[in-house]
Amino acid sequence: MNRRWLLLAPLGIAAGAGASFYAMLSGMKRGTFDPRGLPSQLIDKPLPEFNLPGFSRADVVKQGRPVLLNFFASWCVPCIEEAPTLMKLRAARVPLWGIAYKDKSEATDAFLLRHGNPFAHLARDLSGDVGIEWGITGVPETFVVDGSGIVRWHFAGPLPDEAAQVLATRFAA
Amino acid sequence: MIAELGHFGLALAVAFAIAQGILPLWGAHRGQARLMQTAPALALGQMIALGVSFLCLVLASVADDFSVLNIAENSHSLKPLLYKITGAWGSHEGSILFWCLILAICGGLVALFGGPLPASLRARVIGVLGLTACGFEMFALLESNPFARIWPPPLDGRDMNPLLQDPGLAFHPPILYFGYVGMAVPFAFAVAALLEGRIDAAWGRWVRPWTLAAWSALTGGIALGSWWAYYELGWGGFWFWDPVENASLLPWLVATALLHSAIVVEKREALKTWTVLLAIGAFAFSLSGTFLVRSGILNSVHSFANDPARGVFILGLLALVIGGSLLLYAIRAPKLGASGLFAPVSREGGIVLNNILLCSIAAVVVTGTLYPLLADLLLGQKISVGPPFFEATVLPLACPVFFAMAVGPFLSWKRAHLGPALIKLWWVAIVALVVGLVASMGMHAVPAIAMGGAAWMMLGALADLVERVRLFRVSLGNSVSRLLGLPLSSFGAMLGHFGLGMSVAGIAYMSLAAQTVVLLHPGEHAQVAGYDVKLVELHDAKGSNYNARVATLDITLDGRPVVTLSPERRAFTTQAMTTTEAKIHTNLLRDLYMVLGEERDGGAVLRLHHNPLAPWIWLGALVMALGAGCSLADRRLRIAAPTRAAAKAARA
Amino acid sequence: MIRILVVLLLLAAPAFAISDPREALPDPAMEARAVTFGTTLRCLVCQNESIEDSGSDLARDLRRIVRTKLAAGENEAQIRTWLVARYGDFVLLKPPITLFTLALWASPVLCLLVAGLVMLLMRRSTATPPAPLTEAERRRLEGLTRT
Repeated sequence: MNRRWLLLAPLGIAAGAGASFYAMLSGMKRGTFDPRGLPSQLIDKPLPEFNLPGFSRADVVKQGRPVLLNFFASWCVPCIEEAPTLMKLRAARVPLWGIAYKDKSEATDAFLLRHGNPFAHLARDLSGDVGIEWGITGVPETFVVDGSGIVRWHFAGPLPDEAAQVLATRFAA
Repeated sequence: MIAELGHFGLALAVAFAIAQGILPLWGAHRGQARLMQTAPALALGQMIALGVSFLCLVLASVADDFSVLNIAENSHSLKPLLYKITGAWGSHEGSILFWCLILAICGGLVALFGGPLPASLRARVIGVLGLTACGFEMFALLESNPFARIWPPPLDGRDMNPLLQDPGLAFHPPILYFGYVGMAVPFAFAVAALLEGRIDAAWGRWVRPWTLAAWSALTGGIALGSWWAYYELGWGGFWFWDPVENASLLPWLVATALLHSAIVVEKREALKTWTVLLAIGAFAFSLSGTFLVRSGILNSVHSFANDPARGVFILGLLALVIGGSLLLYAIRAPKLGASGLFAPVSREGGIVLNNILLCSIAAVVVTGTLYPLLADLLLGQKISVGPPFFEATVLPLACPVFFAMAVGPFLSWKRAHLGPALIKLWWVAIVALVVGLVASMGMHAVPAIAMGGAAWMMLGALADLVERVRLFRVSLGNSVSRLLGLPLSSFGAMLGHFGLGMSVAGIAYMSLAAQTVVLLHPGEHAQVAGYDVKLVELHDAKGSNYNARVATLDITLDGRPVVTLSPERRAFTTQAMTTTEAKIHTNLLRDLYMVLGEERDGGAVLRLHHNPLAPWIWLGALVMALGAGCSLADRRLRIAAPTRAAAKAARA
Repeated sequence: MIRILVVLLLLAAPAFAISDPREALPDPAMEARAVTFGTTLRCLVCQNESIEDSGSDLARDLRRIVRTKLAAGENEAQIRTWLVARYGDFVLLKPPITLFTLALWASPVLCLLVAGLVMLLMRRSTATPPAPLTEAERRRLEGLTRT
């Protein structure tokens, strides 16, 4: 009797593994499972302290309103892809604050001239240390900070249109 | 036209595979000799059809036929000829076709060399191989077709990843695939035995050569991949516990356990159900590894990024093959017959211990590799499981294996005594202890113990031979004649254990590897581990599809010139990528390893390594593979019961 | 297309994997500590590499931060906490021992226990002694052994 159960064990383990992999694959298709994504550690936590040429943490919190913060760079190809979406957000009067990550000033300015400047305020993180404070792993990455300085939302990669639309609606409210 | 011919070959192979899967199995089930005899012919037909198909892919690549989508995405007119040929198995679709080709070759080999097997067993083995091949070939045909066309054809291809345009990496896939796919044959033998409802000593003897051949290829493939990482990636690392590396280690561990377990089936008709499970498990791990790499689930430098739809197809295929065989196992395994009994301390007991430890190591590696995925799926937590984890968990399990490896051959079958066996190894123990103590004077504790362990393994293997020829106990002439009379499989076993010892020694000694990173201007010197390295000059060079910067380094030791090395940095034009080409000088006892980095202020950043005993890591693997080759050549494996003549007579 | 991009992203590392001599700390003992500690930290944009092995910009920045903090007198545990606060446990190549990773870390011992259990169960179930001979069988056996 014991033996029967023992002999079924390998099949059981394989079936469990198979079910897990299927769950992973369907999650990947639906977008709920991303083996490569890294969720931000800042969600529901206060904004990290920083002081950059352009603006500082105090400036952001002083607003008292939600603010959209976007890390970008002139050398970042997906940022070019994101530029029109950000311009649309600006047209929808979403407060966009940009941080140029590890970018030469002239290159950043040229980028903004070429693709449009959606940012109400611009800061420059030349060393990349502020980016690391925020836990970013590349550009572009976007954060939503609420009126009291708590980070509420994070997205890594160029903002998709649907996300931009939802943001525009929420900011308008 | 060539592509269409290749496509037709693939479709024809599917037809053969279906017939090969159904007819012989039905014939064996009904005892109809005519149906069973169709098996070899069908297997050979499938092999030829796929051979033609793959040849067509290679020809299309060589001819720069960019109207074939696969060639357009992975090749380029300026790519060197060697990589046009070997690139055929570098892309996702090409590698699946290659996988199918090797599976068909396995079937063909069983058809050609399986004469001495009983008709029903041979028919079942070929039938199971046919069913498996059918599944993968249909995947290739439907989801992953290398012959799909693109119209209008682009002017030139997108070129292959520059990292793959390298001799070591060109040949790593075929050798590794022979190992992965080769495990299908023991798998087929296991399923055939379950279908037949019986296993005897002869089955154990027939399974071993196929397992040895596949294991040997797997050892070589893993070692080649590791060696490539060592010289290509530029900082002397050679094993990263990367998920895809682990996926190749798992079938290797299970196959090693299978190799030893099959001996017990052959000699003592014991451990039958366990050996069958191992044979299924080895192939199951091979298949799962392939799936994981292609599904996009794994975070690895190796993974082909793929859409999850393909992953679902392969998962379904795996469910059929692995699930089906394990279900068959659960139902039919009790029929396989009673086992021979043995005492816990005996050769069988030693092999059981070997199996337990190897399978535990495999289980730990699986757990570590899959844990981040499961934690993410079930708990939403992102964690990393990297080298520190594996080193902390695998090494403690490996140590008993290393120790038992030397003792095992000295235990007799059925019932043995540990004391006398250990006493025979007295001199090995003393030398190992001395080596360990000497090593600890220059190294940390763990590598020093590993050095002692390596000495124990290498000398223990030799001790086995020493015991068999009764060295120093009979006259020298008598010993020599005994040595010459030993069956090749004894040398095989000795070389297998000795080779592993060499690899462990090489790995342990890497803890003493020295490195220096310097910025040198032409004419300046730097030192590493007593060697003097002088940067002579920097110049440009051009390859067929890249531009390079080359540094010329003169290396001397105590004033005597050793070698001139020219490490490069290559910028590939099409893919806009830069790679470093480290240059290595080896005298088989140490590696001098030079890497060229960025250039600044008229000088260049150079990384200089001295890796003592590093070549032994891969030489050890070569010796292990050689050992498998020796055992394969053993005449006892070729004389199977019944002999060819008797089999022919029985069939007539 | 996506495949190429992913591959390029993953394999951009090798060309720059050589580190800059200017990165190293002047104190060799502290530099050695930095290297050893760095090999336990994951390069977040690479696949399964440590920050010491990778040539990516982020890895370079993290190496610089580790060395700066070590030189300022912080110990490895403090730096580890700092990094985990920003990147989560993902940045540690050696998974921390928590309730969730207990099964992971216990796996060697668990495997051995399971193996032992399986062996015990298999031996017990196959160790059934043969049934005693019936009267007819016993007579037949005697007849055979007498001749």
